[in-house]
Amino acid sequence: MAPLNGSATQAPATTTEPATGGDGAHASSPLPRGTSRRRWGMRAEIALLAGPALLIFLAFVIFPVIIAAYYGFFSWSGYGPATDFVGLRNYQVILQDDAFQAALKHNVIIVVLSLVIQGPIAMGLALLLNRKMRFQSGLRILIFAPYVISEVVVGTGWALILSSNGALNGLLDKVGLGSLAQDWLSDPSIAIWTLMAVITWKYIGFAVILFLAGLQGIPEEITEAAAIDGASYWQIQRRITLPLMGPTLRIWAFLSIIGSLQLFDLVYIIWGQYVAETAGTSTMATYMVSSGRNAGSYGYGNAVAVVIFLISLAVALLYQRFVLRRDTEGAVTGGTR
Amino acid sequence: MSATTLAPRTSSAKAPRGGGHEKRANLGIYFVALLLVTVIVAPIAYIIIGGFRSNAEITQDPAGLPTDWRIENYSNVLGSTTFWREVANSTIAAAVTTILVVVLGVMAAYVLARYSFKGKGVLYSVFAAGLMFPMTVAITPLYILVRSLGLMNSLAGVIVPQVAFQLSITIIILVPFLRSLPRELEEAASMDGCSRLGFFWRMVIPLSKPGVITVGILAFIASWNSYMLPLFILNKEESYTLPLGVQAFASQYSVDTAKVLAFTSLSMIPALVFFSLFERRIVGGLTGAVKG
Repeated sequence: MAPLNGSATQAPATTTEPATGGDGAHASSPLPRGTSRRRWGMRAEIALLAGPALLIFLAFVIFPVIIAAYYGFFSWSGYGPATDFVGLRNYQVILQDDAFQAALKHNVIIVVLSLVIQGPIAMGLALLLNRKMRFQSGLRILIFAPYVISEVVVGTGWALILSSNGALNGLLDKVGLGSLAQDWLSDPSIAIWTLMAVITWKYIGFAVILFLAGLQGIPEEITEAAAIDGASYWQIQRRITLPLMGPTLRIWAFLSIIGSLQLFDLVYIIWGQYVAETAGTSTMATYMVSSGRNAGSYGYGNAVAVVIFLISLAVALLYQRFVLRRDTEGAVTGGTR
Repeated sequence: MSATTLAPRTSSAKAPRGGGHEKRANLGIYFVALLLVTVIVAPIAYIIIGGFRSNAEITQDPAGLPTDWRIENYSNVLGSTTFWREVANSTIAAAVTTILVVVLGVMAAYVLARYSFKGKGVLYSVFAAGLMFPMTVAITPLYILVRSLGLMNSLAGVIVPQVAFQLSITIIILVPFLRSLPRELEEAASMDGCSRLGFFWRMVIPLSKPGVITVGILAFIASWNSYMLPLFILNKEESYTLPLGVQAFASQYSVDTAKVLAFTSLSMIPALVFFSLFERRIVGGLTGAVKG
């Protein structure tokens, strides 16, 4: 990256050069093997075009993780220079803290349940929406609607619906199922399932979008041929569509896992930092915010961020290594071919 | 490439099916579809309809319909300066974020799609890596960074990090899209004396409109709905965006449920409208990205 940034400063001087050349061979061959002047021109173009994006990306996505690693070694209230070096003590405290362990456990539950619940439902819905039927495009828009509504709106709305004297219990009462009314949000044995229901409602649309996109990539000739050979609709889906959907499913699972590990908004809005802990829906991210920023211990909060980062990174690398490796042309890895 | 075929979505009608059996199967499908619609719509309808009720009604019968539809809650919200200030803040943040993301993203994606150079794979991986790490991990240090840049309580402090984090998905969607522009076009342009940069300005930008719209909408919605970053950066009420406003409103008027519902439903309209206008484009763009 260094050479790119370095040459960015020279860009203005050299960018006009390729334009003056007007040489046909220059643009048509993918690797211009011309004079060094031409090559420098191309480098300058690359720096000029990709430089700004790279710079802002490195400064605000990559660099913060590095700062976090630095401040994670300090006990620091967030103001003035960090001087109280504590070594690995923050990390020891985090890993031994029951609240963090509980949060981590919730994250793992959310990761697993998200995959198990959302995957099959989304696949079914994508197959449904991929069939010819009336109101198809209306249905498509509708199913994505929750994904487009902000977490705050979803959280505020659901919190009102699910509160003990909210609309859901009111509805159950009305249809004579009042005995099923629950303390959906604060009962620790139910709350995590409530969270899963809200998560599914909110994010299923994203999975369906991806699956629909994948389904459209399956050539119709294949399924038509199978149908002519006498395969039923469900046989076709199971034997042909599902295996061909492999790459899409694996990418969705990856994004879902990473998203679940970093879940924050919905929990923080519906439960708030204190109730989340007692109701058993706290996540590593809500733990980070409540024990870091809200407690004024920024050094500690940064250390939690580093732990979340390392866990996510480990999961991402393992997933890439053992699952995504099969998809040499997948979305995340495909661009480099 | 698929990314360019945005409009027609034929598919379906996979198997030629029989008569009577067919009808029953279809009934089943419509039943599932109806169930689906109910589950999706009910909570949204509750929020919108609840805004037309009075608090007494909501307390007495949480799941009922309004006895008479009153518009005071909505007109109160629409008449408040707080709401409109938050709408303005959200609009500015989303618009500027979208423009910057699109401009920077197209430029970088063009390089990754149409130039060959050493380190291209690394460059792509760096951007793609951003997809693995949503803002959660970086939020605490990001807050410190923004604060030391003196951008606290300013929309710029929200916009710049948002742009950085949105670049990953933007570039991942745009690269296959830009790669699919036919090479003959570039050759023809260079025959006519057009440099590669000239080709970028005169041909790529106009031709990549569908892809640009896709990533633009995604950026706009992401910014409009963004919660965690504004929560850290914007601490003064004057700088609040809508999501923060909704939350502040909900806690300030926690007893006035009807008003909260009205405020909440008004704040979700823009993203919904945007999305329903461009739904096809978004699915089309993601199709390109998934298939690489």
